[in-house]
Amino acid sequence: MAVDSSLIGASATAPLAARLTWPEQVSGFVRAKPLGAVGAIIILIMLLVAVLAHALAPYDPYLADYGAQFARPAADHWLGTDEFGRDVLSRIMYGARIALFVGFAASFAGCSLGAALGVVSAYCGGTVDLLLERAMDILLAFPQLILALAVASILGPAVPNVVIAVAIPIIPRAARVVRATALSIKENQYVEAAHGLGASHYRVVAQHLLPNVFAPYLIILTAQLGTAILAEAALSYLGLGAAEPTPSWGLMLSGSAPSYAEKAPWIGLFPGIAISLAVFGFSLFGDSLRDALDPKLRGK
Amino acid sequence: MRTYLAKRLLLIVPTLFGVAAVVFLIMRVIPGDVTLLILGGDQTGRIDPQQLAAMRHQLGLDQPIAVQFGTWLWGVLRLDFGTSLWTGQPVIEEVLIRLPLSLEVAILATIVSVLLAIPLGMVAAVRQDSWVDYVIRVVSIGGQAIPSFWVGILVILFLVIYFGWGPPLEFTPPWVDPWANFQQLVWPVATVGYRYAAVTTRMTRSTVLEVLREDYIRTAWAKGLRERAVVIRHALKNAMLPVITLVGTEFAFLIGGLVVTETVFTLNGVGRFVVDAVAHRDYPVVQALVFLIALCFVVVNLLIDLTYAWFDPRIRYH
Repeated sequence: MAVDSSLIGASATAPLAARLTWPEQVSGFVRAKPLGAVGAIIILIMLLVAVLAHALAPYDPYLADYGAQFARPAADHWLGTDEFGRDVLSRIMYGARIALFVGFAASFAGCSLGAALGVVSAYCGGTVDLLLERAMDILLAFPQLILALAVASILGPAVPNVVIAVAIPIIPRAARVVRATALSIKENQYVEAAHGLGASHYRVVAQHLLPNVFAPYLIILTAQLGTAILAEAALSYLGLGAAEPTPSWGLMLSGSAPSYAEKAPWIGLFPGIAISLAVFGFSLFGDSLRDALDPKLRGK
Repeated sequence: MRTYLAKRLLLIVPTLFGVAAVVFLIMRVIPGDVTLLILGGDQTGRIDPQQLAAMRHQLGLDQPIAVQFGTWLWGVLRLDFGTSLWTGQPVIEEVLIRLPLSLEVAILATIVSVLLAIPLGMVAAVRQDSWVDYVIRVVSIGGQAIPSFWVGILVILFLVIYFGWGPPLEFTPPWVDPWANFQQLVWPVATVGYRYAAVTTRMTRSTVLEVLREDYIRTAWAKGLRERAVVIRHALKNAMLPVITLVGTEFAFLIGGLVVTETVFTLNGVGRFVVDAVAHRDYPVVQALVFLIALCFVVVNLLIDLTYAWFDPRIRYH
């Protein structure tokens, strides 16, 4: 059959829609998802504060000043001081480093490992899928905080151990979500075509499955960031997270904060606001990102 | 249906065995020896090695781990979870003392959350991107973002300063004194219920949004049905499956997941019991509690799956 070569040429050289520059993409996101933009701004501010804490913090967060114990919020100490005379604002600023480090490290590690297991489980199928699914069932049957509590008890109270304790319960949740997507992608004709062309298992997984599970991976990653920050705070509050005198937000709420609640409510008030604001920012951004990436949830 | 049920019941066995094995191993790996904690040592901190060996023998901790695990599993099969190493009381009795409190908080928080979340999530979805949607989303995201232990601290602080209220020392069951019971649990329930309602509202909103884009909803609109009929009869019922799953799993976890809330409100429930048992290295208690919570989780999951057919008659079990 003769093929009109002029048609092929015309379609091949047809002008494509102009690619949006990243400022255009950002302004489009801000207009479409204002709440998501608010979340992104909160996250950006937190990141800046965490990175520049040494330059922005007015005092050394570890420095005890017994002459300034329980100082009320004022010009000297914007958010007051604690029972050791340490500046609350400086401790919150340095605390952002721990919260963000644990949040990013734990959710990245947990989601990545979970996604890898989910893809392997979906791709291999059969016994591998059955065994991995049962292993994920076992991890899911543990209440998240109790599992983190047990792991933190084994490893001892220290920030890197908190990352592991918080990351482990994330693994099965990420694995479930990614496995479900990978199972449907595996059935696509382009995967079959890749097999037909003699592509190795590694190539099919790396080039066809992994890029296509990136959207659910990103959604679960941003969703787990806030959860990880909350889990770190809860573990520190229970005495199994960061140890004194580390400026961790959860730790600042435990111990002395409730004891001096009447005398110096600011000790417990501001770290709580910091945790809530951080998780709020990640949730707003994560929600909007999910809405933007999931075609079913896009506005009319 | 029967085959499906039998298959699901069979799958529960390896999951529970895995949970039992993992929690058993975790408790043996946690640094710290319960016998040392119990004996405490004399004034110089020294412990008589013979006394230590006798205590280890008495508690059965001198046996190989596999034997200890086998003995424990055999006990579980006969509903005997052993005795607490710390109090010497049967674990099941200790759990049953604390269970009514946690169960009551979990049930009330679930009721509060469902009553709030389903209407709010539905309104937010129907009025997507309006100010009502923004307010509901901000309030519900706030509920998830604010740590429940911090809310608890703030509530206690507020009540102590303005009303001279103190956390109760002892739990009063509702059948003994309903008013005292209400006063004790209203704040923990409100604290947990807000977070729980927030999660459920967000889920309801997103599932209703998905359903509202379906063809049969367009057909319902085209037939000229009223908004109430389209949203409640057609959209909400079909959007309920993921919401039921979430409510069920959250409920199953709430019983053991009240760890922080019970600690803040000094309630002697199951969650606080877990924290204390981990701290005391009270192996039988932790093993029993985690096993029971996991059992609750898998049973609730199964029940949720079975209710799917009622909500969506297209679902058939194979």
